[in-house]
Amino acid sequence: MTVPRYWRNIGAHYRLEGIRCKSCGEVSFPPRSSCPKCHSKDVEVVQLPRKGKVVSFSLLRSPPKGFEAYVPYYVVVVELENGVRVLGTLTDVFGEVKEGMEVEAVFRKISEDGEEGLIYYGTKFRPIT
Amino acid sequence: MSDNPVVVGTGLTKIGRRWEDSLSDLFAEASRQAIEEAGIQPQAVFVGNMVAGELDGQEHLGLALEDRAGVFPLVPAFKVESACSSGGSALLAGYMAVKSGVYDSALVVGVEKLSEEPSDNITTALAEAADADFEAYYGASFTSLNALLMRSYMKEYNVPRNWFSEIAVMMHKNAVDNPYAQLRKAITVDDVNRSRVIADPIRLLDCSPTGDGAAAILLTKPELAKGDVQVELAGMGVGVDTIGVNGRVSLSDVPATARAARAAFSAAKVEVKDLDVLEVHDAFTIMAALALEDIGVVGKGEGAKFFHEGSAERDGKLPVNPEGGLKARGHPVGATGVYGAVEVVRQLQGKAGKMQVPNAEIGAFHNLGGSGSHAVIGVFKRKR
Amino acid sequence: MKPKNPVSIYGWGSYVPPYRLTVAEISRVWGRDPVQYEEELNVKEKAVAGPDEDSATMAVEAGRNALSRAGVDPKEIGALYVGTESPPYAVKPTATTVAEALGVGPFSLAADLEFACKAGTEGLQAAIALVSSGMVKYGMAIGSDTAQGGPGDHLEYTAASGATAIIVGPSSKEAAATLEGSVSFVSDTPDFWRRYAARYPSHGEGFTGEPAYFKHVEGATRALMEELGLKPSDFDYVVFHQPNGRYPLTAAKALGISPSALKVGLLSPMIGNTYAAASITGFSAILDVAKPGQRVLVTSFGSGAGSDSFSFVIEEGIEGRRDKAKKVMDYVSKRVEIDYALYLKFRGGIRLGGGAK
Repeated sequence: MTVPRYWRNIGAHYRLEGIRCKSCGEVSFPPRSSCPKCHSKDVEVVQLPRKGKVVSFSLLRSPPKGFEAYVPYYVVVVELENGVRVLGTLTDVFGEVKEGMEVEAVFRKISEDGEEGLIYYGTKFRPIT
Repeated sequence: MSDNPVVVGTGLTKIGRRWEDSLSDLFAEASRQAIEEAGIQPQAVFVGNMVAGELDGQEHLGLALEDRAGVFPLVPAFKVESACSSGGSALLAGYMAVKSGVYDSALVVGVEKLSEEPSDNITTALAEAADADFEAYYGASFTSLNALLMRSYMKEYNVPRNWFSEIAVMMHKNAVDNPYAQLRKAITVDDVNRSRVIADPIRLLDCSPTGDGAAAILLTKPELAKGDVQVELAGMGVGVDTIGVNGRVSLSDVPATARAARAAFSAAKVEVKDLDVLEVHDAFTIMAALALEDIGVVGKGEGAKFFHEGSAERDGKLPVNPEGGLKARGHPVGATGVYGAVEVVRQLQGKAGKMQVPNAEIGAFHNLGGSGSHAVIGVFKRKR
Repeated sequence: MKPKNPVSIYGWGSYVPPYRLTVAEISRVWGRDPVQYEEELNVKEKAVAGPDEDSATMAVEAGRNALSRAGVDPKEIGALYVGTESPPYAVKPTATTVAEALGVGPFSLAADLEFACKAGTEGLQAAIALVSSGMVKYGMAIGSDTAQGGPGDHLEYTAASGATAIIVGPSSKEAAATLEGSVSFVSDTPDFWRRYAARYPSHGEGFTGEPAYFKHVEGATRALMEELGLKPSDFDYVVFHQPNGRYPLTAAKALGISPSALKVGLLSPMIGNTYAAASITGFSAILDVAKPGQRVLVTSFGSGAGSDSFSFVIEEGIEGRRDKAKKVMDYVSKRVEIDYALYLKFRGGIRLGGGAK
């Protein structure tokens, strides 16, 4: 991954920023320069809620490169408190995972570029117990 | 007289680990069959491929392959890419080229090599069909995204796990008769259920294998086609949806397929009930079930049941994937759509051998890119 | 030292990972009698960071908890210091990553500090001074470490992971606690160190005791009490740096401080030594329960060596802030036991190559 590509997405990855369209009111993720619903350019960056519910999940055992250390891990779609959905992974899972379970956003390492490259941080979701 | 392009030649290569053959070798093998059958040279070539750039370091693929293959004089050459629907999209490009009159003939070749890298490199490359920054970035593999759909579907419609396993079993059974198939061994429901979990609930035998292959179709304007029995590409349609699963309205269906079906059937002036044979994109068993629903063969939640009841068998209500589908025939990603198209064409030509659906006159193939974001459907008709 | 304009703590927050590696398990692997470490050190188990955690991620969660209690806009934080001896990068400040994640900046001071286990309180001293001078409105100091000891080494039994963040601002009764004064006391005492090429730290064993820990903890604490005219019985709570569960009690005895004052802040027996987070996580546990009017003594110790000693008086405002974030004991009591193999896998103790990278 190029350094600028990672850097451009820091707001979305670190702070779970999306956009709100000032024209039609739609809140969406990931952040775009235009509203995905009405396509207006009049959008502003907003912080999305940091809590939500699991909509669907899959326990992944065959990872892409760079994720071997985390296997097995849950890939999930989370519906945040304001209805916006995001794709992510769970961390600190110590029990059963079920549709509808409540989760909170936490800041974690996502992967890294070997021993000499960048560390990629972002948001994962942790079950609220 | 219809201006629909006519299929004058097809080519297929056996799918598998083709260690001795490069991308251009596979391209040559498939395209030579099509050109020799037709006796016509193409005026343009459209190559369907997804990961040759990533895995082989070769962009500018259309030109590179036709030059290295040397099967015909160099012509305008284009790589067409839409993830796993690259083949279908390449066929769409050829269809538009000929139907519009810009070119008299177009060669469409889907070609892919997936067997030469370690599996984690393949997993990473195929994940490029998903959103790089907001799905692959977080470690979601392509299989895990499809698994989210399978879990959601199973929960919503209460479909037993075994019904999906049965789909894989049927595909393997069909492929035993297919000399081009990658996997030609029968399996059992038990084999599927005990195979290792890739991303729960998807197991190894729910997934199509990764392999190498090329398929080719040569299309021409109707005036150039000879012979009594001709197969025309009667219509095509594309449907789309968001690239990320987080943007989908539901995780239990694929509206992109429904949109493609409506457009394709309308263009071809057919209805679902007119189909004699259907090739669906069963990259994972769940996708086979969803395809039947979204294409309109059955209602929501009834897809797996259609297979379970035997209605998809060669002698069933509507034969689906009589050649083994992606699951057993194989899924060399960018080539797959063209394999599906060629299989339909050969059914309509009466050249399907042991896999023949009797009196097949109208057939369709379905090709899906991403986790449900870009569907291509093509309808072929036998002309008299 | 007394800041010219008084300074108060507005927010505090901690993070301790859920994984626990017991002293008994480490002893099993290295063939030691667990009694040797459990009793001699008074430590039962240590907190271990998971594979997707590091000093930055833990600092962010602690920082978010502190911000919840402080109730301030992160854009008003004018200084952010991360004290750590296990930064994710040798060169690239953890503080800017943490700042971005918390929404602090861009107009802010930010830096990583290294002073072994007192880097967190070193940052606190700097934040206090910046607030007092009026240069910044609020300052945040974080101590965060994923400490490691050499395999089988004495220190491996206690080197643990955790983080605590403290936000300071201009003094107010509505804040949580107000600083009465502080003392910093340093000398070149090489009791524990790590050269660049070394993967694990070296230490002077017994030398880390008298000439290092005790001299600086006792020296700084005595000087503080003298400057402020306070005696041991004036403090309701006392927390010292806690490399194990014994040293703080020994120091307290030498200073005439009752062991009961140390109870709430002594966490090492349950989570090990969280290095730059150690004394301030104990302090955080105290703030979770302390009542207005009570007085708290905090003395850190960092090898190499030095101590920062502080006296705080709890304000009325603490009551309304306490429950706005998870408490230290919420994290301490969330406990998942792992074995030595998982610990190695989590903390990079297994050199990957070939298939797994």
